[in-house]
Amino acid sequence: MSLLKEALQRLFRKPVTLKYPFEKRPVPEGFRGRPVWDMRKCIGCGLCSNVCPSGAIEMVGKGLQSEIKHYVDRCMFCSQCVESCPRNAIKMTQEYELAGFDRSKMLYEYKREI
Amino acid sequence: MRKVRYGSIIKVPFGPQHPALKEPENFMFEIDGDIVVGVHPRIGYNHRGIEKAFERRTYLQNIYLAERICGICSDAHTTCYTQAIENLLGVEAPPRARYIRVIIAELERIHSHGLWVGIAAHEIGFDTLFMYVWRDREVVMDLFETLSGNRVHYAMNTIGGVRRDIPADTVPKIKHGMDFLEKRLKYYLNVVQNEQTILKRTSGVGILKPKDAVELCAVGPTLRASGVKNDVRVDDPYAAYDEIPFNVVTHDGCDVLSRIIVRCEEMLESINIIRYALDHMPEGMIRVRVPMAVPPGETVSRVEAPRGELIHYAKSNGTTKPERYKVRSPTLGNIPALCKMLMGAHIADIPIVLAGIDPCFACMDRMTFIDDKTNKKWVWTMQQLRRKTRK
Repeated sequence: MSLLKEALQRLFRKPVTLKYPFEKRPVPEGFRGRPVWDMRKCIGCGLCSNVCPSGAIEMVGKGLQSEIKHYVDRCMFCSQCVESCPRNAIKMTQEYELAGFDRSKMLYEYKREI
Repeated sequence: MRKVRYGSIIKVPFGPQHPALKEPENFMFEIDGDIVVGVHPRIGYNHRGIEKAFERRTYLQNIYLAERICGICSDAHTTCYTQAIENLLGVEAPPRARYIRVIIAELERIHSHGLWVGIAAHEIGFDTLFMYVWRDREVVMDLFETLSGNRVHYAMNTIGGVRRDIPADTVPKIKHGMDFLEKRLKYYLNVVQNEQTILKRTSGVGILKPKDAVELCAVGPTLRASGVKNDVRVDDPYAAYDEIPFNVVTHDGCDVLSRIIVRCEEMLESINIIRYALDHMPEGMIRVRVPMAVPPGETVSRVEAPRGELIHYAKSNGTTKPERYKVRSPTLGNIPALCKMLMGAHIADIPIVLAGIDPCFACMDRMTFIDDKTNKKWVWTMQQLRRKTRK
């Protein structure tokens, strides 16, 4: 019976839940979303692909000619690559709606401007 | 075996589809009429080969693997892992990092126990309480998101400290959240102790006597609800628990009701710990740099996870990868006690008694052998394992 009062009070208020695809809660600062690479800062050291616990980062080529392939379907957003990068070239964004039906579309490629 | 009263004993399988919480595990019950007279747990449905995976990754990568042993006590596992590796390396986390570890661990305890109280209410068919508890638990989840950048896998711990500081401007936010939660939790404690729906379903159900609890090596809130004062935070202090005053909550009801009360009171105690830690947090650095390779050695590390005592064992061989890693999660420690509790229970009480230990089968399953050709499953004894390792 002690919950009845609470339940009745709640009955006349608006729901706590958000209608998700239409209403979105803003994510806080420092949220770990999809990481992005700034290829102007990248020196191609390969640390990010070496430390990645889930093998989500692939380096194609060597040094300053290298490209980065980021498989976001494998990424677990631990942000270890951001921490290990010696040039602060990687940043975690606030992007989190990354679900999809096709794994091949979940590849993000970062190339250098020549 | 007890004397048969109603004729023959019927075997009733329970699970592997979600016997209690939403995790697979199988229990074979021997039922006499409506009473359980025999319990045979069959574990191993959720074996993921995590310990082998530990041996193939570097120490740095293993932090995130340890975190994923369990979704709910993810911080307890990383604390235990980093403690073990820090022990092998001979380094110690700076004081501020140790306080931050306490704050995160206690926030996690609130969120885990809150989740459990909701599940317990759902198991006895009291979904109103389930909804309200989970609504208020969101406060903790939001705090986690602000502090660490993720709701579930906080990734706060690293070898040699923590990865993120708690900035001064979030401290009032945490304190505000704690004030709100304290008010709500006191209300729920009152609801649990007075609401007839809960009392009738839980008091006197799933009795575990203190003597049995100790003999069967029960851990955590299950043990404390049988009136035994046992907590790793006090018995073998880690992080900054030796500098923080707090009470070990016990209750001598020995039944499911006292397990609910113990968890509710522990949440209130956690709020006090967080407040104290925020006020007494020393200034300074939050991590020390550590080398990639770990010198040879072996160590055991213990942590009081929300569900009880968690033990990690690590053996290093001087390279950047561990040679052997072993995890003993609290649910495994509680399974023999659970079988004792279930004896003599009614069929209708099985779900709430099962849920009473706050089982986390995903944490627990990591040791069965399966021959995929003949579909045969077996478990090795210690001698057989030793023989195999010597070969």
